[in-house]
Amino acid sequence: MDVNDSRSAVASPRQTDRFRQNLPSRYSRDRVFQASAWLATGIAVAVLVWLLLTILIDGVGTLNWTFITSYPSRKPEQAGILAALAGTLWVMVVVAAVTFPVGVGAGIYLEEFASDSWLTRLIEINISNLAGVPSIIYGLLGLAAFVRLMEPVTGGRSVLSGALTLTLLILPVVIVATREALRAVSNSIRLAGLALGATQWQVVWNHVLPIAFPGILTGVILALSRAIGETAPLIAIGALTFIPFLPEGLQSPFTVLPIQIYNWIGRPQDEFHAIAASGIIVLMAVLLLMNTLAIYLRNRFQKSL
Amino acid sequence: MVSNTAAKLTLKAENVSVYYGPTLAVREVYLDIPRNQIVALVGPSGCGKSTILRCFNRLNDLIPGARVEGQIHFDGRDICDPRVDPVELRRRVGMVFQKPNPFPKSIYENIAFGARINGYQGDMDELIERSLKGAALWDEVKDKLKESGLSLSGGQQQRLCIARAIAIEPEVILMDEPCSALDPISTHKIEELMHDLKKRYTLVIVTHNMQQASRVSDRTAFFNAKETAQGGKLGYLVEYDSTQRIFSDPKEETTRDYVSGRFG
Ligand SMILES: Nc1ncnc2c1ncn2[C@@H]1O[C@H](COP(=O)(O)OP(=O)(O)O)[C@@H](O)[C@H]1O
Ligand SMILES: [Mg+2]
Repeated sequence: MDVNDSRSAVASPRQTDRFRQNLPSRYSRDRVFQASAWLATGIAVAVLVWLLLTILIDGVGTLNWTFITSYPSRKPEQAGILAALAGTLWVMVVVAAVTFPVGVGAGIYLEEFASDSWLTRLIEINISNLAGVPSIIYGLLGLAAFVRLMEPVTGGRSVLSGALTLTLLILPVVIVATREALRAVSNSIRLAGLALGATQWQVVWNHVLPIAFPGILTGVILALSRAIGETAPLIAIGALTFIPFLPEGLQSPFTVLPIQIYNWIGRPQDEFHAIAASGIIVLMAVLLLMNTLAIYLRNRFQKSL
Repeated sequence: MVSNTAAKLTLKAENVSVYYGPTLAVREVYLDIPRNQIVALVGPSGCGKSTILRCFNRLNDLIPGARVEGQIHFDGRDICDPRVDPVELRRRVGMVFQKPNPFPKSIYENIAFGARINGYQGDMDELIERSLKGAALWDEVKDKLKESGLSLSGGQQQRLCIARAIAIEPEVILMDEPCSALDPISTHKIEELMHDLKKRYTLVIVTHNMQQASRVSDRTAFFNAKETAQGGKLGYLVEYDSTQRIFSDPKEETTRDYVSGRFG
């Protein structure tokens, strides 16, 4: 470089006029965005509060212990939610018991073990697409596969058929969530383990899974929360709406909370609409309990890291 | 080569070339690595130092599409042979990475893991103490072995990784720029540690720091890269000799320019 050149570069006056910082306008844009974000949050919260309030106003009056411990009835003042609540709990336990090992296992296989072949890529694309299939389609599949084809095992329109149908519905979500959680684990941890002479399974089990577990758990519980509110696929497989008894086993006929609520809302009498609102409160309480459990478990596992 | 020096070799790379997919990344490397010495691999970025280092513990196996040609003799066997079990090999050839990567577990667990999976039979507490002392970390952590490895400073974390590596009693320790993420004081501590480690292990270190290479290593391999016709880079070994020779009287002009800081 020419010496003269560099000297003139140093000597040249600072050309502050080439920068237009324009702070007022930048700060005001800041404020506009902050306000929009607040507004968006406000709208979402307001809608939610409005929804909750109307339901509480409609339903709290008829929500009492008799309502929770009674079977459905033709008379709204005697009708209760017990069979549906028990059905929902049965179904959710089975769904969780099947979804967790199958979904998380598939996620682990695809993310950690599968080689990148055309077959795995085909499976991946299909799983992502399955997550977007309308739930009624799963109902039809469940009807054909579990209710009809596998009737000797499932017992027809049973708890097991319903649970397996819902499992199919949420498996793609669980698999995708598991893979996301695994992918978020830094590769340096895997390398550290393998470089110490660990097998791939030892690395996954001892180091990757514990880190990914809170994320996996959140995904599973969110998926279960979706399953708990599903109505259409269970109607499609023909879950009953009038069940004056508790499920006794996996092959028992059953109903679930959303079906019961749907059934009551469909009736002309206002009294039934009120107990439908009470049913919604019960459903939301179950959901809230599940999410609380999820947060509790997640914090416990995060602390143990 | 005289036979009595040959007997003291640990690793011997012969005509090693590495491909990533269809592209040749490093070509025809010959390296003799003598036992209980420190060999430094130096050269500009992208010339294949890490790639070659990963051949010695078959870590390239984990990179889809990576392919190693040639032979690397270790203990009478060619470790590039697919029949050699990489899991078994990695117990004997340990590795320390550029960025400290302790497991997000207690200091104790960080070291116990490798020992446990490799079927260590002895007293675990004793092994932990011995490994931490070997990595010059014991005095700083002996009262908090139950605390997370991530609670340590960067330099301490790197020494924890060294402790973890020596806990499984390897013969060779590979280090890929082990000090590049550390401050000068931590770097100094690790360099002192390398001198100690050399008594029991053979060390192969990649470094960008010429002073470090000249301070700690016995032999230095200088790599360079040239542009290929496809616009990529092809790494190759320029010169491999005693460190003293490489820094004072190298055969190649490019080596002299590089070690004196004139390019790279
Ligand atoms: N995982 C990888 N996949 C594809 N190419 C790679 C990979 N790792 C390294 N390379 C290529 O190999 C060459 C050597 O890289 P590397 O060994 O990391 O060099 P260095 O450690 O000397 O900086 C580079 O051209 C780099 O682009
Ligand atoms: Mg490198």
